[in-house]
Amino acid sequence: MNIHEYQAKQIFAKYNVPVPKGKVAFSVDEAVANAKELGGNIWVVKAQIHAGGRGLGGGVKLAKSIDEVKQFATEILGMTLVTHQTGPEGKLVQKIYIEEGADIADELYLGVVLDRAKEMPVIMASTEGGMEIEKVANETPEKIVKVAVDPSIGFQGFHGRKLAFGLGLPKEQIGKFIKFAAALYRVYMDNDASLIEINPLVKTSAGDFIAIDGKMGFDDSALGRHPDIEAMRDVSEEDPAEMEAGKYGLSYVKLDGNVGCMVNGAGLAMGTMDTINYVGGTPANFLDVGGAASAKTVAKGFEIILRDPNVKSIFVNIFGGIVRCDRIANGILEATKLVNVSVPVIVRLDGTNAPEAAEILKNANIGNVIAATDLGDGAKKAVAAAKGE
Amino acid sequence: MSILVNKNTKVIVQGFTGKEGTFHSEQCIAYGTKILGGVTPNKGGQIHLGLPVFNTVSEAVATTGATVSMIFVPPAFVGDAVMEAADAGIELAVIITEGAPVKDMMMAKAYAVKNNMKTLGPNCPGIITAQECKIGIMPGMIFKKGSVGLISKSGTLTYEGANQVCNVGYGISTAIGIGGDPIIGLSYIQLLKMFQEDSETEAIVMIGEIGGDLEIQAAKYIKENVTKPVVAFIAGQTAPKGKRMGHAGAIISGSAGTAAEKMEALEAAGVAVVKSPAEIGHKVKEVLSK
Repeated sequence: MNIHEYQAKQIFAKYNVPVPKGKVAFSVDEAVANAKELGGNIWVVKAQIHAGGRGLGGGVKLAKSIDEVKQFATEILGMTLVTHQTGPEGKLVQKIYIEEGADIADELYLGVVLDRAKEMPVIMASTEGGMEIEKVANETPEKIVKVAVDPSIGFQGFHGRKLAFGLGLPKEQIGKFIKFAAALYRVYMDNDASLIEINPLVKTSAGDFIAIDGKMGFDDSALGRHPDIEAMRDVSEEDPAEMEAGKYGLSYVKLDGNVGCMVNGAGLAMGTMDTINYVGGTPANFLDVGGAASAKTVAKGFEIILRDPNVKSIFVNIFGGIVRCDRIANGILEATKLVNVSVPVIVRLDGTNAPEAAEILKNANIGNVIAATDLGDGAKKAVAAAKGE
Repeated sequence: MSILVNKNTKVIVQGFTGKEGTFHSEQCIAYGTKILGGVTPNKGGQIHLGLPVFNTVSEAVATTGATVSMIFVPPAFVGDAVMEAADAGIELAVIITEGAPVKDMMMAKAYAVKNNMKTLGPNCPGIITAQECKIGIMPGMIFKKGSVGLISKSGTLTYEGANQVCNVGYGISTAIGIGGDPIIGLSYIQLLKMFQEDSETEAIVMIGEIGGDLEIQAAKYIKENVTKPVVAFIAGQTAPKGKRMGHAGAIISGSAGTAAEKMEALEAAGVAVVKSPAEIGHKVKEVLSK
C-alpha cells in the first residue's frame, strides 16, 4: 500500500524527521486559508497523487503571493496529471498540499528499501537530489552511497558515518545528517515500510536537512498491526476492479489484450499469459483465483473479466492440486449460470480427478464451454476463439 | 538418494491442530511421511490424528527426535514459530504460511541462519521426494519417482512442471517450492548445488518469475558449477512494469527483474530456456535423450 506525500510527512514528523510546515486542502478556498495560516510570503502548491514526477507534469508550483496560491490551486485541483509513473491516462488530482517555501542551498537524495539479496534494509543516499534515482544508479552509480543495516543491531553510528562521509558533507553537517538518517531508519522499521524515498532532501543555507518530499510504501502483509496506516489508504488511488477482486480473494491486473485468463496460482497465471502470447495471442488480464476456486469466486472472476469490452474469449486454467477437479468443473458450470458468459470459455483442468472433470464438462454440453487437454492446447484454443476462428 | 528429505525423515507440524494444519498433515501421513506429532501452544498432552500434541517445539523434538518442522501457523505468528524451531534444534523448517510480514521473516531468517537451521518458504507448497516423503500441500499423486529435480518459486507451476515431466515418461527425484516472497529460505543456488551432488538426479528444472535477481545469481552459479542439464522457465514475460503480480516479490521495478533479463542470463549460462511452461516436458525429454 502507498500513501500520499502529506501523510508520509505526518509520519516523519512523529519521528522528528524535519519537514516543512504544511496542510492538505481539498478546495481552492481551503488552500488559500491554509496558506494564510502558514504565514510567510512563499508557498508551494503540490498535487497529491500516488506517483512521482509531479513537478515535471505541472503538479508542483511555487507561489509568491496569496493570489498565486489561489491561481495555482485552481489550476492543479481537478487536473489530470500525467507523469512518467501514471501511464498515459494520468491521474485526477483531488487534493493538494500547501507548504511553506524552503530555503534550498543543495538537494540530496535519501531512501530506505529492502535489499532482497542481503535480506536487510538498505539506506541509499546521493548528492544527486531531484533526479530520478534509477537514472543516477545507471549512469553514475558512484554517486550513490549504500549502507545495509542488520536489523539485529539496528542503526549504529558507523552506518551514519559511512553515509555522511560518503556524501562528502562538511564536518559541521555530519552529526545532523546521521541524526536524520537514524530517524528515517526508525520510521522504516517501526511502520513495516517497504520503501521510503525523500527526493529531494534539502540542505538549507544554514546547513540543516529538511524532507521537502516524501514517498512511502508499506508491506501489505503487516498492515494488520498498523491500523493508523491502514486508515491512510486512499481508495481513489486504487484500481476499482483490482480492489473489488481483492475483496473476493482474487488477484486481478488488467492488461491490453483480448484473451481473458482465470488461473489458480500467481506463477501459473503469469505462465498462462506467457503461453497465450507464445501461441500468437494477447492476454487481457492477470487473474489468480487462489486455491479454492469455488463457484462463487469463479463467477466473480467471470464478471470482472467480462467488464473489459476487449475480451473475446476466456481461458480457465486450473491445476487442481489437492482440490478435486470434478468439484471445480461443477463450480465452473454453476458460475456460467450465475453470470451471463457471452464469449467462448476454454477450460483446462488438471490434477486430481481430471478425467472425471472432463466428463462433467462434456456431458453438460454447454455451447460456449470448450474443454482443453493441457496448457498448450487450451491457450491455442482460446487464442483461436478470440480471433473468431 | 534425493535431497533434503526422504522416507526416514522425522517431521513435526507447528500449527498442527488448526484447519489447514490438520488437513495437510493427514494428506502427508497418507503419502507416507513420518509425521510424529505436532505443536499447538496450550494443547500439549492432547492426541490429534493419533499423534501427540506438544506445547513447545523443544518438547516435541526431545520426545520424537524430529529434524524437520512443517509450519502452518497464522501469518502474524510465523516469525515466532520459525525462531522457536531454530531454537529447538530443528534442521529444516518448511514454512507454508502465506502473508507473513517481511520484517518478521527478515528477523526469523537471520536467526535461523545463525542457528544452522535451513528454511523453505514462506508462502510455498513445500518439498516432496517422490513416493517417499511429502512435506507441504502439493498433490502427491502427480510426482512419480524419477531422475529430474525441480525448483520453483510458484506452487502451481511446480505441479505443472512435475506433471509434464512425468507425462513425457520421466519422473521426479525431489521437487521444491521456494516461494515468491521478498525474503525466502533456501534458494536456487543452494538447491542447485544439492541436485548437482545428488546421484539420483540427472537433470534439473528451474522455474522462476519476475522480480528480484535470484535467477540471475543462479545463472552465474550454473555456468560455473552445474554440469547436469538445466531446463528453465521464467513466468511474467507479458507482465507490465510496476504491477505486483500476485506474489509479494513478483514486481518489475525500473529496468530490473524482468523475465527477458533473466532468460538471457540463463541462456548465456547454457540453460535450455523455454518461453512457455507448456514446453517444459518436451524440453526435459530433449535434454535427457541427448
